[in-house]
Amino acid sequence: MFDLNFLLAGDYRDWLLSGLLLSLQLMGITLLLSLPLACGVAMLRMAPSRLLNALGAAYVELIRNVPLLAHFLFWYFGAPELLPDTWKERLYAGNIEAASAITALTLYTAAYMAEDIRSGIRAIPAQQFEAGRALGFSFLATMRLCVVPQALRLAAPPLLSQTLTLWQNTSIATVIGVAELMYQTQRVEAASFRSVEAFVFASAAYLAVSLLIAGLAALLQRKVS
Amino acid sequence: MLELIHDYWLYFLVGRYPEGPLGGLALTVVLASLALVLSLPFGLLLGLARLSPWRLLRWPVAALIHVVRGIPLLLVIFWAYFFLPSITGHESGQFGTMLAALVIFDGIYLAEIVRAGVQAVPTGQVEAARSLGLNYLDSMRTVVLPQALRHMLPSLVNQFVSTIKETSLGTIIGLAEVSFIASQVNGLVLTKPVQVYFLLGMTYFVLCFSLSRAAFWLERRQARVLKAAA
Repeated sequence: MFDLNFLLAGDYRDWLLSGLLLSLQLMGITLLLSLPLACGVAMLRMAPSRLLNALGAAYVELIRNVPLLAHFLFWYFGAPELLPDTWKERLYAGNIEAASAITALTLYTAAYMAEDIRSGIRAIPAQQFEAGRALGFSFLATMRLCVVPQALRLAAPPLLSQTLTLWQNTSIATVIGVAELMYQTQRVEAASFRSVEAFVFASAAYLAVSLLIAGLAALLQRKVS
Repeated sequence: MLELIHDYWLYFLVGRYPEGPLGGLALTVVLASLALVLSLPFGLLLGLARLSPWRLLRWPVAALIHVVRGIPLLLVIFWAYFFLPSITGHESGQFGTMLAALVIFDGIYLAEIVRAGVQAVPTGQVEAARSLGLNYLDSMRTVVLPQALRHMLPSLVNQFVSTIKETSLGTIIGLAEVSFIASQVNGLVLTKPVQVYFLLGMTYFVLCFSLSRAAFWLERRQARVLKAAA
């Protein structure tokens, strides 16, 4: 009955592995893009201007209170229509699914990470900031050289647990047809009629990466505290 | 955009309702509410099992929690889709599948909220209850849980917001909730994807933002009450 071996040879294996690889790539690229964006948004929320604070808060609330699925739908079906024609052509010629998925995931993840970084910044004693200013640094230079590096250290464990969520969120990209792990699992299932085996494989793969990240987070947590 | 709202608002809100099954925003809210209400007792049981003094109960539950938290909700939905019919003996339909998946998934997350809530109650409370002669279960039920549940209220409202967002995944198995209806409308209109999905996003925003404000307000009020009591 249950036979995982047939998944681990031939076409099915290649499909699943390419899916797993693409999921990991989605996570990696999203991380690289969302971390600086999140730092920027967190700075907006701490900036000495009401307008900038409101801008940062609006970004976070607007993104977080809409499901990721709706973000995917908007960035895949809607947003490309707004582009000028030459851009649109170039986008449709390339991998538009992956581009939309990365846009949606990055904006979504950055909104959550910005809050983690902000609470990291708030945990740094105000004297650190004052000392930086007293040495003649500007707001941005003080943040960049003195406050944010310390805050990122404190924020590392929550940022890792956000990465865990990001890892699971990559699976939703299947709705817009990105050929990541969930998509390939459904493809294997449809081609082989082995639903249980296919889902066991996907669950094990998601779980393995999740446990790895969770282990890393636990390690870091011990180091920070 | 106004034309779009004018033509499709009823479909968006209730789907095909009087003629067909309930759908749209109404279905989203009903599904999320039911999921939260049903996952509460489940989460409470799991949370207590995770804290229980009996290893045989604690370990399997901890393992279950780790596994479910490690896989995406989408996979839980697919598992429910394939396993429910073989357990119950008949097709459960999209609504039943989605509800089951959400109850399991949210129950697991609620278990951790319950655990945090119970652990936040000072140990002196348990010791006092035990020294009055109450057994473990009674001291939980009459002393610890009522205090823990009050602490958990803001987290519960936040969980409700998450659940509303999670219902959108029902689209993938063809459940006619609000995201699915929006995609249908997009298919009917064809020329206005930006407007359709913008409206969908704003609808979720209004619903979830007002709820998360409520959670924030509850948290603030609770902090004030605690301060006044201290």
